Amino acid sequence: MGDVFVLGVGIHPFGRTEGMSGVDQGVFAVRQALGDAGLEWKDVQFAYGASDAAGNPDTMVDQLGLTGVQFINVRNGCAAGGSALFSAQMAIKSGECDIGLAVGFDKHPRGAFDAKPSEYNLPEWYGDAGYMVTTQFFANKIMRYMHLNGISRETLGRVAEKAFRNGEKAPHAWRRQPVPLEDILEAPMVSDPYSKYMFCSPAEGGVALILGSEKKARELGVPLVRLKAATMRTRPPGSFEVFAPSVDIERGGSATNIASRDAFNIAGIGPEDIDVAQLQDTEAGAELMHMAENGFCADGEQERWLAEGLTEIGGKLPVNTDGGCLACGEPIGASGLRQVYENVVQLRGQGGARQVPGDPKTAYSHVYGAPGVSAVTILER
Amino acid sequence: MKAIAEGLFTSEPEPRLVGGKDRESGRIVFPCPVNDRFEPVPLSRSGTLWSYTIQRFRPKSPPYAGPEAFTPFPVAYVELPGETIVEARLVDVDFDDIEIGMPLEFTTTPLDPDAAEPVLIPAFRPAEAA
Repeated sequence: MGDVFVLGVGIHPFGRTEGMSGVDQGVFAVRQALGDAGLEWKDVQFAYGASDAAGNPDTMVDQLGLTGVQFINVRNGCAAGGSALFSAQMAIKSGECDIGLAVGFDKHPRGAFDAKPSEYNLPEWYGDAGYMVTTQFFANKIMRYMHLNGISRETLGRVAEKAFRNGEKAPHAWRRQPVPLEDILEAPMVSDPYSKYMFCSPAEGGVALILGSEKKARELGVPLVRLKAATMRTRPPGSFEVFAPSVDIERGGSATNIASRDAFNIAGIGPEDIDVAQLQDTEAGAELMHMAENGFCADGEQERWLAEGLTEIGGKLPVNTDGGCLACGEPIGASGLRQVYENVVQLRGQGGARQVPGDPKTAYSHVYGAPGVSAVTILER
Repeated sequence: MKAIAEGLFTSEPEPRLVGGKDRESGRIVFPCPVNDRFEPVPLSRSGTLWSYTIQRFRPKSPPYAGPEAFTPFPVAYVELPGETIVEARLVDVDFDDIEIGMPLEFTTTPLDPDAAEPVLIPAFRPAEAA
């Protein structure tokens, strides 16, 4: 089995772009990625495209060119982008193809995601009673976690503060204005303990990654960024997920635990070897819980990590160097691929004002979402 | 007043939630799934607060069928010892007095007291001091 390399990356800025469809933003990203790799669309042998709410990715061929390319659409909840990437790397690893595309885009309406009970195999009364609200789940999960592990609300605020500070330095981010910690903590509450600054918003954006074999990477002379591992996993028994009318008393692990453990096994390295990480931060607490679920610290240590700035760009383990979902918003199909984009930028040393110092060699990305899915990648230069 | 759905809680003077017990593994879930694998079982009236949040904005309608005029409400998870952890409203408590671990007892509450035909939803309230 051959190694897989990231040959080129492209991104359409996240946020709100009037007059541009989700597909258009995906096409923009693909063209940029092709240019970055020094390739043309006709060189691409296959594509996996992810979108949750912005139409079928394969319709991109209308704009990119009718080359007859094999194009598979992926719809897999919050792991859509990660699943597209996972699938694409398999085709190259197997030796079947040597240049492929993983692309993701989305364009969501404003406000919280709409969800119907029937789509989640839930009775109608559950929605009538006001429980089809994702933010309730996130808030309940962190409230329990804070209680068990001694995490303060101020630490939640520090995560959001860092996100907007990092977002200011990332041209593709949406929220690029730093917000003082005090304002974050005192802003109107959405779902206790979270104020409005502590949740990400649905958004728009597109990301494209061109993957290829080692032979192609060397032929093209691109920086050698190796995809050491890509995993996608679903939930084990006893996990706590969105829209749960009941939860088992006997607690289990999470999809993240499994995806992370397997990615480290495949890569043959451990959490202590990672130089920069992009972790799912749907809300401020998610970043904290995912630091532990991915093995970077023990439960409860986040309090000290944030107070000491260990996850800042110059810290021991920089986390969400482009501001993550909190600063970029969450276009579902593109979000996981944005993390990988950001990691490639960091490993190439092209991060500008947000560049992680010390010449990072390894980078980690992690997606988590409904209905209990997670995708992880580890890159190495 | 009738329940928001049939089979959610018993119609006893002191109603109990109805869970579903997996006939093979004994695992209890709520609500009771409509299939042969699960046997309906009444759940404990007493539990402790496992976690909670305050819903601060009016959920979208549809599906939300609560009052047009919104007031924030607590959404809790309540551990029923040896059974399961259920999601329900908290009532008869000041938000500032809510604490994880506090003893609770089952009750019902109208989803919208001013509706033409109000319906009852499951809820918990602080347990009576012994």
